[in-house]
Amino acid sequence: MKDDSVKHPQATAEFLKDRAQAKWHDSAIWWVRQKRDAQAKQLPEWEELRRLAREIKAHTLSQLDDYLAQFEANAQKNGVTVHWAADADEHNRIVHGILAAKQVKKLVKSKSMLTEECGLNPYLEQHGIEVVDTDLGERIVQLRHEAPSHIVMPAIHLKKEQISELFHKELGTEAGNNDPTYLTHAARANLREHFLTADAGLTGVNFAIAETGGVVVCTNEGNADLGTSLPPIHIASMGLEKIIPKLEHLGVFTRLLARSAIGSPVTTYTSHFHQARPGGEMHIVIVDNGRSDILGNEDFYQSLRCIRCGACMNTCPVYRRSSGFSYSYIIPGPIGSTLGPSRDMKKHGSMAFACSTCGSCSNVCPVKINLHEQLVLHRKKAFEQNLLPAGKKMGLLAMRFLTQHPALFDLGGKVMRKVVPIIPESLTRHSAWSRAGRDVPPMPAQSFKELYQQRSQNKKDKEGQQ
Amino acid sequence: MKIGLFIPCFINELFPHVAMATLELLESLGCEVEFPMEQSCCGQPLANNGDSKGACDAARRFTNVFQRYDYVVAPSGSCVSHVTHHYDWYIAEDTAYQQLKPKVYEIIEFLQDVLKLEKLPKPVYFPHKVSIHQSCHGLRELHHASPSELMMPYHSRLEEILKLVDGVEVLLPERRDECCGFGGTFCVDEPELSTAMGEDRIAQHEATGAEYIVGADPSCLMHMGGIIRHQGKSIRPLHIVEILTGRGAGT
Ligand code: SF4
Repeated sequence: MKDDSVKHPQATAEFLKDRAQAKWHDSAIWWVRQKRDAQAKQLPEWEELRRLAREIKAHTLSQLDDYLAQFEANAQKNGVTVHWAADADEHNRIVHGILAAKQVKKLVKSKSMLTEECGLNPYLEQHGIEVVDTDLGERIVQLRHEAPSHIVMPAIHLKKEQISELFHKELGTEAGNNDPTYLTHAARANLREHFLTADAGLTGVNFAIAETGGVVVCTNEGNADLGTSLPPIHIASMGLEKIIPKLEHLGVFTRLLARSAIGSPVTTYTSHFHQARPGGEMHIVIVDNGRSDILGNEDFYQSLRCIRCGACMNTCPVYRRSSGFSYSYIIPGPIGSTLGPSRDMKKHGSMAFACSTCGSCSNVCPVKINLHEQLVLHRKKAFEQNLLPAGKKMGLLAMRFLTQHPALFDLGGKVMRKVVPIIPESLTRHSAWSRAGRDVPPMPAQSFKELYQQRSQNKKDKEGQQ
Repeated sequence: MKIGLFIPCFINELFPHVAMATLELLESLGCEVEFPMEQSCCGQPLANNGDSKGACDAARRFTNVFQRYDYVVAPSGSCVSHVTHHYDWYIAEDTAYQQLKPKVYEIIEFLQDVLKLEKLPKPVYFPHKVSIHQSCHGLRELHHASPSELMMPYHSRLEEILKLVDGVEVLLPERRDECCGFGGTFCVDEPELSTAMGEDRIAQHEATGAEYIVGADPSCLMHMGGIIRHQGKSIRPLHIVEILTGRGAGT
């Protein structure tokens, strides 16, 4: 499970101590951003697609209750059992109830950030059910008892050497064999066993189509397909924002999703599930867990358009240099930094400040969420709820006062320009400005205001002489 | 045409030469320029830390001070962008602000869009290699250039205006518009990260072989300059107006 008590600045300072690893992390993820650019460039209609995707989602959210009801009715017509969960607990209880009724001992899961959000794995394990994550990256972090560090590439923080070591310990692979193909085959052989012996499969949902009552799951490994074709029970867990109105809208999103996420034209598998297979059961659990609160908030409702492509993480210069574990919320990076504080400002407030407001995230986002602006809007809440560090708050209040009293502001500036040059370096070295290796700027003798006044005076004098 | 010169607070204190270059450039192009003494910080640091009341007061003050001018011009993309793109969060209902908003320009925009500058007031010879630093707010909010994330035809105001300078060789760093890590108070909230970002950015500018990092936002240049000085590197940050006035290499 994720340590939700981390504070971004401290965790990042720790992460950056190993600059070589941090540089590797930055380049590995930047490479994905470049692949995204290359794919996007090939579609002359890219920006038009983003606009369309944004509008379809915005429209859907404006009538979400209707579309959800339509989706439920159509899914039921297909023989699917639809459940509603107000929060994470209820989601977990529902899933457990379905499994317990059939004496399920082992559940295979394909990647689902929602079940991470709900803490489903530990809940089921406490109730004696074995849960096996079957997405390769998820499996790796599960074996390491870690949370995913990225929503699309859960194990992106690990190098192949670390994975080789893990597999040697957990799956008995050859020590020191770092060949990715060898390691992938070993994981596959191990997962096959679990697929064959599982009693139920759970998937996330990328898109739920109101018109058909079907759900769409996009993966690259085909694990969702195996996990739903072998065991007799299929549970699909979805956040209530996953709805799109019609099947004809799906293409807009599938064209954007894989290109934005990993820079490939399409995911290897785009699987449509409409009903249980003969003799089986299919359940859909629709989860709110704070989403309707976000929907009702005019500053933040846009974040519900998210299709979880992860592109905002890949482009984020802060995420790439701090890794997913520096963020307290289960979803890191720009989108996590708006969803986290929306959920719990006290716990996740530091995430809203982990941003230089460069705005690159808002530009890559395939559904055009104003991510960097949302973070600034969260800071407003943090300020109002008195959650800023005391020193910082005092500084801001002083700044607020000085801004309205320019004469004092100028005096402060003058004092700074005179005093800073005579402070011994040993005292400034540990300041927040300097401690990581940044010198203070040279202090000019005069401010522009002073120079301007002199200049005006000289002009007047000259005119007087003439 | 009367121009109100807006000099952001930290430029006033720390980069008076950039402010002076802006003033002189505008005057030598025949503009009547006034620097209203009662101006103050635009409120961006307050806004970016959630102090709505402070931000709102600062926005009103800015409007009161500058509403009497035909144009307002400043040598900082970030501060201009705060005024033109974010004051609406605080004083959208203020009609004086709404009238003022379209008249507020970043200096390069003003030279290109209002003055339609085709040649510099006096010829400038600057025989140096420069690497362009696109500052984020100028880039993504003021659209100084086409951001690398968006699939649109390429353009770049800074590259365009440097065509008026003789002898200069313009280069672009790898990752042509990644953030340098300044980010306002972010630079002291997360100094380790901010500095690491700056180091990476400087290395990319250096790798072009440039002697100068040239940009339109003194804040980013100040941040990178601090790291450059700390590490004793030879590359120098330089504000673009200093080149355009012809005294770039001297400062
Ligand atoms: S916010 Fe946008 S870019 Fe980020 S994961 Fe969601 S859809 Fe992708």
